[in-house]
Amino acid sequence: MVKTIFVRAAVYLLMPCLFLASWAFMARHLDNEVILPGIGQVAELFTQPTESLIAMGSLVRNVAISLVRVLAGYLLAVFLAVPLGILMGYYGTVFRLLNGFVALFRPIPPLAWVPLVLAWFGVASLATLFNVERGTAYLYLNNLKFSMVFIIFIGAFYPILTSTIHGVSSVRSTLLDSARVLGASERDIFRKILLPASSPSIVNGMRIGLGVAWMCLVSAEMLPGSLSGVGYLITHAYTLARTDIVIAGMISIAVIGAFLDLFFRIVEKRKFAWTRLTR
Amino acid sequence: MTDAPILRIEALRKDFKTKNGTGVEAVAEVTFDIPENDFVCIVGPSGCGKSTLLRMIAGLETATAGSIDYRGETISRPRKEIGMVFQEYSLLPWRHVLDNVALGPEFLGTPRTEREAKAMEYLRLVGMEDFSRAFPHELSGGMRQRVAIVRALANDPDILLMDEPFGALDAHTRILLQKELLRIWEHHRKTILFVTHGVDEAIYLADRILVMSARPGRILDVIDVAMERPRHRSHPSYGPLAERILTILEQEAAASFRDTAAAQHGEE
Repeated sequence: MVKTIFVRAAVYLLMPCLFLASWAFMARHLDNEVILPGIGQVAELFTQPTESLIAMGSLVRNVAISLVRVLAGYLLAVFLAVPLGILMGYYGTVFRLLNGFVALFRPIPPLAWVPLVLAWFGVASLATLFNVERGTAYLYLNNLKFSMVFIIFIGAFYPILTSTIHGVSSVRSTLLDSARVLGASERDIFRKILLPASSPSIVNGMRIGLGVAWMCLVSAEMLPGSLSGVGYLITHAYTLARTDIVIAGMISIAVIGAFLDLFFRIVEKRKFAWTRLTR
Repeated sequence: MTDAPILRIEALRKDFKTKNGTGVEAVAEVTFDIPENDFVCIVGPSGCGKSTLLRMIAGLETATAGSIDYRGETISRPRKEIGMVFQEYSLLPWRHVLDNVALGPEFLGTPRTEREAKAMEYLRLVGMEDFSRAFPHELSGGMRQRVAIVRALANDPDILLMDEPFGALDAHTRILLQKELLRIWEHHRKTILFVTHGVDEAIYLADRILVMSARPGRILDVIDVAMERPRHRSHPSYGPLAERILTILEQEAAASFRDTAAAQHGEE
């Protein structure tokens, strides 16, 4: 038993160890911290995550700002895509009305929206909307630029919409029929049959959507007017040839993305145990 | 039985439109009455429109022509006096057994404690009270159908429509559930309309058997089963009765086979 646990752990750790070893070897061999800094140099940045970096504030602060931006765009996508997906999945007419149109925009990568989005929103932010021009409120609101939120929104919208439509349209008709025979109103059908039956699919779409939203972050934070966030930290560090900060930023993005994903996996495992065993 | 029938079906017809636009007649000019508290079975070859007929009575499909009267009222939508049990698995997989059985009363606005007490009472009726907190996927096929039956009963319907409810079960479980269904029916006195393609099942259960033709479905024969219950498959009238129904069904199957072959030939 002890042996199998040991072997399992070794299998999991083999690739990361190989990776770190080759990183260390290459860094030493190249001996150029702009091309590849050493592991220790990057690790050091994580030992003091609240220390201000290259006059941009700390790693933690920039990560927090990025998270708020992602959540803003993402929540907007959830609130629009889920109801729309339910309607499109349930009513054939709504599906036919919107699907061709919606599908037309799907292949456009979020990044391709950048010029148009800048032309529309420029550097306008929530601060502009609420007409706040100074104080701490300004600092917070000004970080939520419409253009960034829009790019993140576009990235998250489609995976959520597609999964929701799929979830609702694959609800077995027997469930709907039996509910109707038992006296369900149309409201009951939506709330008590369609929504719970398709929720595993919806949550799966939300998980993928959050992943995409997080990936759109760097491109969104490279937009003009941005002065903070991990994405901006990475690009700014690049212009200063601080490759160690670039790598630290990349690692932060990876770790947080993995945690967000883990959160959804736990929810799926806890709440949707019934899907694993139904035929 | 001099009372008015609980269900009166007159010249009922149902056409379906297929993908290529041609109409298919599923049910053709069906007329029959169902007396209150009768156990009526409908047998017919597969695809003869017997499920469609049942769905129309349940109010899930609209008829192309003809009428369905329940106690003198026309049926156009589902109503709580008419319950239905489906062949396929129809329980909500995310709700445990008790919440599934309480579903009908929940839709009708019964308070929680009251509907749960009611659901529990019905679970006791089929000996499933210990499984009230189990989820459907933890139950066997026979248990699921027991729950589906009492879920329909919890709404206290007058008529119970059953669409091949035991079709997916193994032979032993099916026989067990047939017995249980008769026991429930004798206690609660519902009118039952039971669709099956099992001739044996129909003879075992029914007061009256309606034999349907191949598509488009018509009523070919109405057979009153006079044997007293509990019935035994060794009863002398059992064999001849089965023979009579099977002969009709066999002819129908052959006819529909010829029609299909001819239609396919014609298309080429």
